[in-house]
Amino acid sequence: MEVPILKQGPYLIASIQSALADADLVQFRDALVEKVGRFRSRGVIVDVTVLDVMDSFATRTLRDLSQMIRLRGAETVIVGIQPEVAFAMVQLGLRLEGVGTALDLEEGLAFLNRMTRIGD
Amino acid sequence: MSRGQIAMGEKGVTLQSTLPEGEKEFVLLRELVSHLRGNRTQLREEWARRITQTQLLTAMSQEEIFAEATSVYDNYVEALETGTLEALQAYARNLSERIIPRGVETHEVVGIVLLLRDVLARSLFSKYRSDFALLNRILDAYEPAANRIANTVAVGFVQERERIIREQQEAIRGLSTPVLQVRERLLILPIIGAIDPQRARQLTEQLLGAIRTNRAKVVVIDITGVVAIDTNVANHLVQTVEASRLLGARVIVTGLSPKIAQTLVTIGVDLSKMNTVGDLQGGIEEAERLLSYKVAPGDAPEELT
Repeated sequence: MEVPILKQGPYLIASIQSALADADLVQFRDALVEKVGRFRSRGVIVDVTVLDVMDSFATRTLRDLSQMIRLRGAETVIVGIQPEVAFAMVQLGLRLEGVGTALDLEEGLAFLNRMTRIGD
Repeated sequence: MSRGQIAMGEKGVTLQSTLPEGEKEFVLLRELVSHLRGNRTQLREEWARRITQTQLLTAMSQEEIFAEATSVYDNYVEALETGTLEALQAYARNLSERIIPRGVETHEVVGIVLLLRDVLARSLFSKYRSDFALLNRILDAYEPAANRIANTVAVGFVQERERIIREQQEAIRGLSTPVLQVRERLLILPIIGAIDPQRARQLTEQLLGAIRTNRAKVVVIDITGVVAIDTNVANHLVQTVEASRLLGARVIVTGLSPKIAQTLVTIGVDLSKMNTVGDLQGGIEEAERLLSYKVAPGDAPEELT
């Protein structure tokens, strides 16, 4: 299951469409990090609205992804985490430290605009 | 129920011969009941005296104890006679309803029923002491019935108590926690009273739901009304803050009393990621700053980071 990665101006938007297996997640991470360089993107939005489960591997992959993308010179924001998922994550001690989060795509864009000072 | 069946057997002539044992028992029980009826006044007084002596039901006055003792006694004898416990059950529930609000404890209720059993048993001993075999048979009839009655009353009391506790919990949960929107994208969550794990969980779920529906960016949690805090609650606060952040909302905690602040420092909860402000007013001002509202003339709106 491949995740579509769309270029939108200076940003990349990756919208996860269904639950991903571990291997798919790794592939997604690598593809995203690679495209950040190729498109010279300033920010990345990862939309996880459809996910109703977030396990430790997914959490770690998102955290790694965010750090890798920062090293490549862009910011990452995770959008669309469901309330139940958020609650389950903190209860299980899964932390997304240092990773930007926002309510939805719109908020994510506003977040990236602030972080990258685009649109000032 | 077995005694009820025996009572029917006694009336039906055909069954009479097929139930010789039960029949005998029934006659004994009838004799027992008439003995208890005959000595009603004396036994009742003896019982009330023993209750006072053992310092049970201290929350009630002498007259009340005696009045209740009379009703319990009559219900008790009736239950012995008919073998049906429904009336007694209903009475026990009714009694519990009346005495629980006055602080009567479970051990007191169990205590008085056991006392009544003892008082009645003693009266049987003294009446039949000359005929040991008969006494034995009488006790055979009396004891199981008496134990069942004691059981019924105690269970009725405990059930009533549990029902009241459940009702109160429901009531508390009902008035638990409103999540209020004070401005566009700014929510307030005032917490009042003690927080147990269940309530904390409910709180977080409500808050997270409200963040999504109101598209909140900032949440002010006010804990002025929280008397005490422990490790669990503190950790839960941290979790709530973290979960809110995952939804893209920032949390400001306000109203930490000196005592709570001290507790938090003592138990060493990591509050470094928590944004705390002294009082609710300050919290709302801080929230407005985060939302880039202009708080006062001359203040430059700050950037959200």
